[in-house]
Amino acid sequence: MEEVPHDCPGVGSAQAGRGASCQGCPNQGLCASGAGAAPDPAIEEIKEKMKTVKHKILVLSGKGGVGKSTFSAHLAHGLAEDENTQVALLDIDICGPSIPKIMGLEGEQVHQSGSGWSPVFLEDNLGVMSVGFLLSSPDDAVIWRGPKKNGMIKQFLRDVDWGEVDYLIVDTPPGTSDEHLSAVQYLAAAHIDGAVIITTPQEVSLQDVRKEISFCHKVKLPVIGVVENMSGFICPKCQKETQIFPPTTGGAEVMCHDLKVPLLGKVPLDPRIGKSCDKGQSFLVEAPDSPATLAYRSIIQRIQEFCSLRQPKGENLVGS
Amino acid sequence: MEAAAEPGNLAGVRHIILVLSGKGGVGKSTISTELALALRHAGKKVGILDVDLCGPSIPRMLQVQGKAVHQCDSGWVPVFVDQEQSISLMSVGFLLEKPDEAVVWRGPKKNALIKQFVSDVAWGQLDYLVVDTPPGTSDEHMAVVDTLRPYSPLGALVVTTPQAVSVGDVRRELTFCKKVGLRVIGVVENMSGFVCPHCAECTNVFSRGGGEELARHAGVPFLGSVPLDPELTRSLEEGRDFIRGFPESPAFPALSCIAQKILNEAPVGLS
Repeated sequence: MEEVPHDCPGVGSAQAGRGASCQGCPNQGLCASGAGAAPDPAIEEIKEKMKTVKHKILVLSGKGGVGKSTFSAHLAHGLAEDENTQVALLDIDICGPSIPKIMGLEGEQVHQSGSGWSPVFLEDNLGVMSVGFLLSSPDDAVIWRGPKKNGMIKQFLRDVDWGEVDYLIVDTPPGTSDEHLSAVQYLAAAHIDGAVIITTPQEVSLQDVRKEISFCHKVKLPVIGVVENMSGFICPKCQKETQIFPPTTGGAEVMCHDLKVPLLGKVPLDPRIGKSCDKGQSFLVEAPDSPATLAYRSIIQRIQEFCSLRQPKGENLVGS
Repeated sequence: MEAAAEPGNLAGVRHIILVLSGKGGVGKSTISTELALALRHAGKKVGILDVDLCGPSIPRMLQVQGKAVHQCDSGWVPVFVDQEQSISLMSVGFLLEKPDEAVVWRGPKKNALIKQFVSDVAWGQLDYLVVDTPPGTSDEHMAVVDTLRPYSPLGALVVTTPQAVSVGDVRRELTFCKKVGLRVIGVVENMSGFVCPHCAECTNVFSRGGGEELARHAGVPFLGSVPLDPELTRSLEEGRDFIRGFPESPAFPALSCIAQKILNEAPVGLS
């Protein structure tokens, strides 16, 4: 492992590019020139921009395919059902931007105005932004390396004219890499309320989710709680329950207990969820009596309660 | 950093297969593991390279999590998952001191490790090397394709689930393959229906038809649909050999078919 500089002194440190462990790192020249040491002016610009945004929530998971985008979309739908609540949904999954489809906004275009980029509005009180809106064809691949993805995320946070917003929900790709670091870094001065972490019951997911929780602790991001998705399946014919993704190590419940983070709720598998997402409809409206809808609503309420306990901007904030 | 220090390390590998998807959570690691097991059952020597640096799932699936990785003159020695040494595995999972430790790296650092993984693992003689990837079309994918290019990989298995949201991402992955000149062996549709164990009713939990449609649209072969089977999930959780243990499972025919396709396309003589 000696050749890989995992003892990176940090791009902002005095040793950046100069340390022994920097030898051979592709960024060595950049760090040594001092370019990495100065704080990015975008951070202040984003802090200014975010002054009109009351609450910021990141939706994370270490694991792919657990329902982050599905949850982000329905959190947005749920909050926006109150027409007095202004909701913004930002999709920073650059390679796999699912939000436009799930929100029924495929093919929409982003417009520029004097005050920046306009998000695409699903409702008067629900605005959405995604790299998906910038691609001309559904087959276009975004084959970008980290730095370019970071640049896009910076633009999304700095240049989108969200207006006055009560809740900004940021949907992320799976993993703990560029996108996650950038989101946290660029929003550092603007104070993120916290992260909602999505998992499914089986250990192969929990294994990655524990890493994500560890990432949150590392970057001092509060964890609002964990949502266990795809938690049991009720057969529509015989109504018997099966665990399609068995919680062989106790599921999210045991993990949350061990790591002392709240379990916000469990959402069962309902085939209508996938269908609603494919059609770009709100599942909460399409299947109001589903146990999954009830679970979502309860979780959304808990998130709102958590956010209302956070001091609004401008008052004395507990250090983040 | 040493560049391609050991070109000989892949010289003994007959065929390289990448398992890709634009979408997360569709079953890349599952399909990679099951393919390796199926090829092993056909008498082949298989290696698995797990380049998902943020979410290395495969060590646990084969019950070798926590094993130490040793060095030899030619580089890192992969971990053998069985007594007969017919399946070997390299994953960043083995290099983590604590399993819950997050690998929080940006692109350039990930690229560097992947290049090492590809060049510096002493695979020895292998019939097949299965390369499991994370979701997306970014640093890891570019690094893997670039570094493997001199070894002419057989191609890519592209995994999707049936619903449109998955297919939407996987279409982009197929574009990636075209752009980087990686042949698509075929599309696999995973999580394709669930048969209730109580009443045998089949429910399309994640919709239906997307995989086949996608393959048709992209002009690539459709290799089959693998249904949801909790026994398959459980086997992976508990490190059991699903191929050996569950030949009656509804998932078995599809998985065997995929393996057979690889064996037919890229036959290897008596090892």
